[in-house]
Amino acid sequence: MQLSLTEDQAMLAQTASAFFAENSPITRLRKLRDSRDERGYSRELYQRMAELGWTAIPFEERDGGLGMGLAGAILVSEAMGKNLAAEPYVPSILLSGQLLALAGNQAQKDAWLAPVIAGEKVIAFAQQESKSRYDAAYVTTRATAGKNGYVLTGEKRAVLAGALADAYLVSARTSGSERAAEGISLFLVPAGTPGLKVTRQHRIDSRNAALVELQDVQLPADALVGERDRALPLIEAALDRATVALCGEMLGAMSEAFNRTLGYLKERKQFNVAIGTFQALKHRAAKMFIEIELARSATMLAARALDAKDAEASALVSVAKARCSDAYVLIANEAVQMHAGIGMTDEHDIGFFIKHARVCELTFGDAAHHRDRFATLNGY
Amino acid sequence: MELEAFRTQVREFLEKEAPQSLRGLNDPKYAYWGGRKPEQPHPDATRYCELAAERGLTAITWPKEYGGGGLTPAHERVFQQELAKLGFPAPLTGFGLTMIGPTLLQFGTDEQKAEHLTKIVRGQIRWCQGYSEPNAGSDLASLQCSAVLEGDEYVLNGQKIWTSYGDKSDWMFVLVRTDPSAKKQQGITFLLIDMATPGVEVRPIRLISGASPFCETFFTDARAKANNVIAGVNNGWTVAKALLGHERTMIANVFGASGGARNAGDRRNVLADLAREYVGETDGKKLADPVLRDAITQLNMDSRCFLSTVARNADNIKAGHRPGPESSLFKVYGTELNQRREELMVKIRGEQGLGWEGPGYSALELEKTRDWLRSRGNTIEGGTSEVQLNIIAKRVLELPGD
Repeated sequence: MQLSLTEDQAMLAQTASAFFAENSPITRLRKLRDSRDERGYSRELYQRMAELGWTAIPFEERDGGLGMGLAGAILVSEAMGKNLAAEPYVPSILLSGQLLALAGNQAQKDAWLAPVIAGEKVIAFAQQESKSRYDAAYVTTRATAGKNGYVLTGEKRAVLAGALADAYLVSARTSGSERAAEGISLFLVPAGTPGLKVTRQHRIDSRNAALVELQDVQLPADALVGERDRALPLIEAALDRATVALCGEMLGAMSEAFNRTLGYLKERKQFNVAIGTFQALKHRAAKMFIEIELARSATMLAARALDAKDAEASALVSVAKARCSDAYVLIANEAVQMHAGIGMTDEHDIGFFIKHARVCELTFGDAAHHRDRFATLNGY
Repeated sequence: MELEAFRTQVREFLEKEAPQSLRGLNDPKYAYWGGRKPEQPHPDATRYCELAAERGLTAITWPKEYGGGGLTPAHERVFQQELAKLGFPAPLTGFGLTMIGPTLLQFGTDEQKAEHLTKIVRGQIRWCQGYSEPNAGSDLASLQCSAVLEGDEYVLNGQKIWTSYGDKSDWMFVLVRTDPSAKKQQGITFLLIDMATPGVEVRPIRLISGASPFCETFFTDARAKANNVIAGVNNGWTVAKALLGHERTMIANVFGASGGARNAGDRRNVLADLAREYVGETDGKKLADPVLRDAITQLNMDSRCFLSTVARNADNIKAGHRPGPESSLFKVYGTELNQRREELMVKIRGEQGLGWEGPGYSALELEKTRDWLRSRGNTIEGGTSEVQLNIIAKRVLELPGD
């Protein structure tokens, strides 16, 4: 697997970087936060990303995509991460979109995947429950088969990009006990369906997340996406893809937090010298640099392994996520410490990174979870 | 020469002319270092080296006039690939090829190159490095070993330390102080001296892990011809730094590029297999000690991250980019990773990892315990981790000096 960028990839990275630097400075996230914007991102900016073709990158050509794989998608998410752009690229394209591409039939793809790729619609994946933590098999939301379809009841939380989404892919149990691998099914629930209640959650990163409550939601039989009882492997496959894309985002964000900190070490003076002359800080900076380089290699490798359908791909996704989680949290913590007092103020932008880092760390499983998963996948 | 034509030539040499008894012996313990009284890791080692040298295969990228192959690094890689494919060890190794040779090519006069390079290529002279002193470690430029000109000879007095294989080497490249009054970097000269010279005494050093290749070298009125000064009197620091660059490339290779073998074990879950043997499993086929299981996984993951960084660096170079800043982490991270691996293996073996010698321990257990002790030196030799971090801070991150 080649770990250097092709010419096309290098150009994409450059274009995306310039686009978000220009259109999504961190002041934009601050405004969205301070105005308590219900959506938490800009539909218009997201539309422009779609027009540039970026939302089509990870999809196969037969699904209306560009077939550039995860190796391409991480370049977009990295550029977004650098500027903390809050558009739902990972939730709607890499998670729900990929899940729909993996599990959906042609009619469902025509109706929903095409507008998702076009950036016209946003689909949120409603999976997480109050006790599921990082166990994708923990699903207690129930789907009962009736005469003309299904009735869903349950509660989902931390549904990424869930507020004002156009539809929800909901995981629900059609059979089996609460942690059983078999018995999980997927349902497509359009916004506005009676019995569906969506409430915006406000988390530390100010991004769009929602509580999704389902109370006797009646769905037609064709709302079932994929095979009944057999959704878990597809959910895990989509989570792998979304996880790598999130790693790209974390990589961009940690690099940016690090570069801002380096800049501060060179400019801030105490005892009549730049604080970057102090070895206590230099060595920590050098170690952060090493962490970022390793995180980059791991992320690039995992993306390429998924694209190549390598047997080891899932284990490599865990390597990347564990590394990015640990590295980003370290760097964000150090960024605040090295900015010191000013870094603690809300007025300074560096604080946005420590909040983003924490959310990313715990999204799709923290480092300890991925180490456990890696060991299990490797048979020990 | 076309790479593929060269490949064919190499294969013919290895399959038809090279001693077939060496096939399958591509293990560091069969490395041949040459010299006046060469150690024979294998009865055919000297012959294999001579046959390869006649064909310019011991120093493929060096000029033909000095016995090299006159070819490119790409040819060198082809040769390495063919060696690996057929399981042959390299015909010759040592500090002549990796350190002093490249330095002479860069700084030596025609006479000096003619005198020394051919003997290196043929494995006739084995070299050692005289850099560190008891009071000049990381601060190498503060070295004190003195050389005073008398007629056409320099007279050396002082001590060197950490001279790897000093007791087995024929010549030393040594840093000496020729101007005690100048600023410390400016009074240093890079000199070559024959180890058989009267007044040169070598004593092996015993390490915390037992016997070692390291030595102390003492100079008492030892004489070296003045025409063995490289790049001029008091210009030694420039040469020394260039040579350190060659040394770092070599060490980075050991822990990075070609250090894949070490890390490949992590990929094959060698540590987990070891833990299964010493710690056992739960009914669910997980390692019985969950803390150890997590530590093993952390190391396996770090190793994968490191290996993929090595691979990324190689891919970037192949794609025509200059080596990126990622290469500067190989020494510091590769050595720390190796230490952590050795440490973890002792932990996995529990009290079976505490044996020094004698009964109650397998030969492998005893060896691995000493490997762990020896590995503590990895982050010291060839530039301490702290010095490496300084270098990253200065050269890559461009943080201000103090």
